[in-house]
This record gives sequence, structure tokens and C-alpha cells, in this order.
Amino acid sequence: MTAIASGSAELAERGPLRAALGRLVQRKSAVFGAVVVIFFVAVAVLAPLLSPYDPLAANFLAVRKAPGLQHLFGTDEIGRDVLARVIYGARASLLAGVVSVVIALGLGVPIGLVSGYAERWIDGLLMRITDAMLACPFLILAIALAAFLGPSLTNAMIAIGISAMPIFIRLTRAQTLAVKVEDYVEAAKALGNPHSRIILRHILPNILPPLMVQATLAIAQAIIAEASLSFLGLGQQPPAPSWGSMLNTAKNFLEQAPWMALWPGVAIFLAVLAFNLLGDGLRDALDPRRK
Amino acid sequence: MLVFLIRRLLIAVPTIFFVSIIIFGLQQLLPGDPALALAGEDRDPNVIAYFHKKYHLDEPFPIRYYYWIDDALHGDLGQSLRNKMPVGALVLQKLPVTLELGGIAFLIALLIGIPAGILSAVKNGSPIDYAANVLALWGLSTPNFWLGIMLILLVSVDLGWLPASGFVPPSENLGENLRTIIMPAFVLGNAVAAVIMRHTRSAMLQVLSSDYVRTARAKGLTERTVVLHHSLRNALIPVITLGALEFGQLLSGAVLTEQIFTIPGFGKLIVDAVFNRDYAVVQGVVLVTATIYIFLNITADFAYFLVNPRLRS
Repeated sequence: MTAIASGSAELAERGPLRAALGRLVQRKSAVFGAVVVIFFVAVAVLAPLLSPYDPLAANFLAVRKAPGLQHLFGTDEIGRDVLARVIYGARASLLAGVVSVVIALGLGVPIGLVSGYAERWIDGLLMRITDAMLACPFLILAIALAAFLGPSLTNAMIAIGISAMPIFIRLTRAQTLAVKVEDYVEAAKALGNPHSRIILRHILPNILPPLMVQATLAIAQAIIAEASLSFLGLGQQPPAPSWGSMLNTAKNFLEQAPWMALWPGVAIFLAVLAFNLLGDGLRDALDPRRK
Repeated sequence: MLVFLIRRLLIAVPTIFFVSIIIFGLQQLLPGDPALALAGEDRDPNVIAYFHKKYHLDEPFPIRYYYWIDDALHGDLGQSLRNKMPVGALVLQKLPVTLELGGIAFLIALLIGIPAGILSAVKNGSPIDYAANVLALWGLSTPNFWLGIMLILLVSVDLGWLPASGFVPPSENLGENLRTIIMPAFVLGNAVAAVIMRHTRSAMLQVLSSDYVRTARAKGLTERTVVLHHSLRNALIPVITLGALEFGQLLSGAVLTEQIFTIPGFGKLIVDAVFNRDYAVVQGVVLVTATIYIFLNITADFAYFLVNPRLRS
């Protein structure tokens, strides 16, 4: 009991951010998630150094070779090294995950701030539009957007970003409504600060923690969405490697080369799991009321 | 109750209106003249002129929207370029297949998610709780198209127990229908089971620590009676709401599942339409899905209202 009390007092002394970080590193699952995320980021950045082969180089003398010493993850239907393609595929997946969420944040947070701060008819209008977007299931909206924009990784990222945006609008609005009645915001208003300054200097910094948590979890969802769009042929276009498009090809060679389907799937699973664990850990660390 | 239902239905009207604007607005994303895209690769000038006239493409956006929504409200969602069939009829033809898949997937999700959530909450902190949480994380992090591929490999290719793809309508042969749909339904229900398990667990934990459960235990009731009769009924209230919303998400997940298992449903329809540049079908599928989702939301609110005595009073 004494140890817990002294531990809490120690955390409180450090300031909220460091205290949250302290709580985060105490959670083994979150640390595991963070390590795996760092691993995938390193793999994506260092792909040219780590990759044993050119991911685009076909080798018709080594078509559908089973995993072995020469090709650790085997080769695909035109003899390309699966490991090299999984390594380079990390670039497309992580890029799509991060860029989509940046788009969703970049559009959703300002709209949510305006909606929550302005209230009245602006809030009503923005919320009805947000409800309408939320009514379209995430993947179906992303598929429809990607279909009309045209198939490419860039358009897939835009489609996923726009589809993920309503969650951020809702969250930002709810947080803004809660924060704007706090004494320090009322004081800032009483001092005659302009609305833009109140929003940017007093409200936004105080609603960042839940947004950070949602962003981390949204990256996981965006990675699955990108893989799904690429699997359907609406994301990364061949021959450029992506985990989703690798699975799309692999499903045609299940009997002859099952390894083609195994590794890209494991990579998606691990990356998504890591962001989910990190997001869960962040949520618990940033909200001390949660156990 | 009637006032509540009417109010909820009235709120749905502007939402469906904005959904229709978003869906119609999708057409504006097409680069260049939409008639060129609609006319296909031949780009016959007569066909282009026909589409200009048919879709009022020379008119401003609000006028074009007016014509489109007027047709949609009269049940005319346009014509499929590929099937030469009205989009409404096409959607109605495919929807039962997806609803069957989604229904069985949802049943599987409930059968896994609720018992796992109860067990996890009752055995809080034990290895069973830990195992259930690991399973939930697995469900949430596994892309269903990969799980589908892996199960085809194991169950169909290696063991030969179930067909890898295809669909037999229940009216033709119920046994074969179940054989073709059980694996895709499991794949589709996997992630939803994880979500339901997490919510059941958290609702059960909350209920199990409440005063009336403590009183029930103090009266000397068995743990089984306390859990199943006193706690579960209340813990399931939030799960009912969530369940209705998750069923909407199943329609989204069905797109990939139907693609992998070659099931001729709603999801496969939208994917085929995307590749055939059959934009009226894409719009029709999104509109119908969104409308179903909105009504599932209303059903969820209404069910929540019905089962929660505090709201009723």
C-alpha cells in the first residue's frame, strides 16, 4: 500500500506527460506493441539495406520455390523473393497507415473544433453531415471513393483518410464541448482573446491525448483498409509490392505455393496487433482512471 | 415510446438526405467528363450524348442532384451498364445472399463473443481471462481476407472438409448451402466476436461489482444464478445496441469475404461494379448499405429503449 502510494506520488511529481510515459512503460503489452512498431518502421526505412533481393526482379528459374536458405520466405509465381517483397511492402502499409490518419486528423480535427466551439446551426449541420458519413460503412465508403478516384496507393490513402475522418470529427467535437466550459477557457474568453487563439492555444492542446490514442488505433485500421483495397486491386498497383496485393496474387496459388499467402498475412497481423496494443496502452496511460 | 420512435425516425431524414448528397457527389470525383467514363472504352459520340441527356450532365450540380434523387425516391437507382438491369432489382437479387451470410456470421459472433465475455469477466485476472483477451486481440488484428485464405488452405485444400468457394442457395439444397456458407460466415464473424466479447466482459465486470449483485450473493444464491439471472440480463443491454451496429459493419466486411469465397452477394456486386466502371451500381450499393445501417441504428436505439426500464420511465 505504502509502495503504491509512494509510486503514485512520484508519478504526480513528474508532470502529466512523463507520468503517462511512466505508466505506458509499465504495461508489457504496450511496450511489446511499441517495439514491434519501431521494428516495422526500421524495416520500412532500411528496406534497401535489409532486402536480400530486388523486390521487382523476376527469376523464371526460381518460380514458386519453397522457403529455403536461398529464399527464406520462398519465391512467388514469377520467381520474385517473397521476403524482399514483404520488406518493401512495409513501406506501402506504414505509409498508407500514417498518411491516411494524417488526412483524417487534418480534416477532422478542425471541423470538430469548429463544430464543438461554435455550436448552434453550424454544429447541427456539421453533425448531420458527419452522421451521414458514419452511416456509410468504413470499407464500403473507402471502396466507393477509391473506385471513383481511380486505383492507386495515393487515392487509396485519400479514400481511407476521408472514410476515417468522421470518427475524429465526433471525438474532437465531444472533447471540445467538455473543455470549452472549463474555467481556464472562460478566463481566456474574459480576457478578450480572439476565438482562433482560444481554440488553438487553450482548447486544442487539452484535447490532444484522446486524439493521440484514436490516431494510433486508426493507424491499425488504416493498415487493414489499405491491405483490403490493395487486395481488391484498388490500392498499390502491380508490380510494386504491398501486403494486400501479395495476398491477392497468393490466393490463386494456394495449393502450389502456400508460403506466398503466409508471410504477407503475418506481417499485416503483427503490424495491426502492434498498433492496437500501443493504442490500448496509450489509452490506459493517458487516462489514470482506467486500470 | 411512439414519440421516441417518431423523433428518431425524423432525425434519420436529414442523415439520409446528406448520405444521398455524398453518394451523388462521388460522381463529381470522376476525372473529366463522367459521360466519357460511363460510355466505356468505345467512347461512341452517340452514347456520350445519350448519357449527357440522360444524366442532365450539362445542368448545374443541384439540378442534377434533384433529378437523381427524384428518380431514387421513385425506386429508380439507374441502370447497370454491365447487366443491363435496373440497379434496384440487381441489389434486391444479391441482398438476401449477403443477409444470410451476415446473419450466420452474427450468430457465430454472438455464440463465441457472449460466453467468452462472461467467462472472462467471471474469471477476471485468471489464465482464462488472459486467454480470452488474447483471442479478442487476435480477432481484432487478423484481416478477415487473410484468415479466409488460411482457412481455405487448411480446411479445404489440406483436409478437404468444406468447399473452398461457391454458393448453393438454401432453396436448392439446405445442407450444401450450410456447407458453402459456414466457413465464410466464421471468417466474417471472427472480428465481431472479438468486439462483442470485449464489450460483454466490460459490461459484466461493471454489473458484477454493483450493489444488487452483492445483495444477491449475500442472500446465498448460487454463483450460477447470480451470473446468469441477475448479472447477464443487465450486462447485455449495451451489447444489444452494439450488436445492431456491428451487424452493419458485417455488411462492410462481407465485401472481402464474398470476394475470397466467390459468393455472389452484395459485396461481390460492388467489387465487380468497380472494375466494370458500373458507377450506378456502386452508388446504389452504398445508398442501400447506408440506409440499412441508419435503420439498424434506429433499431438499436429502440431496442435499448425497450430493454432499459430507466429510459422507459
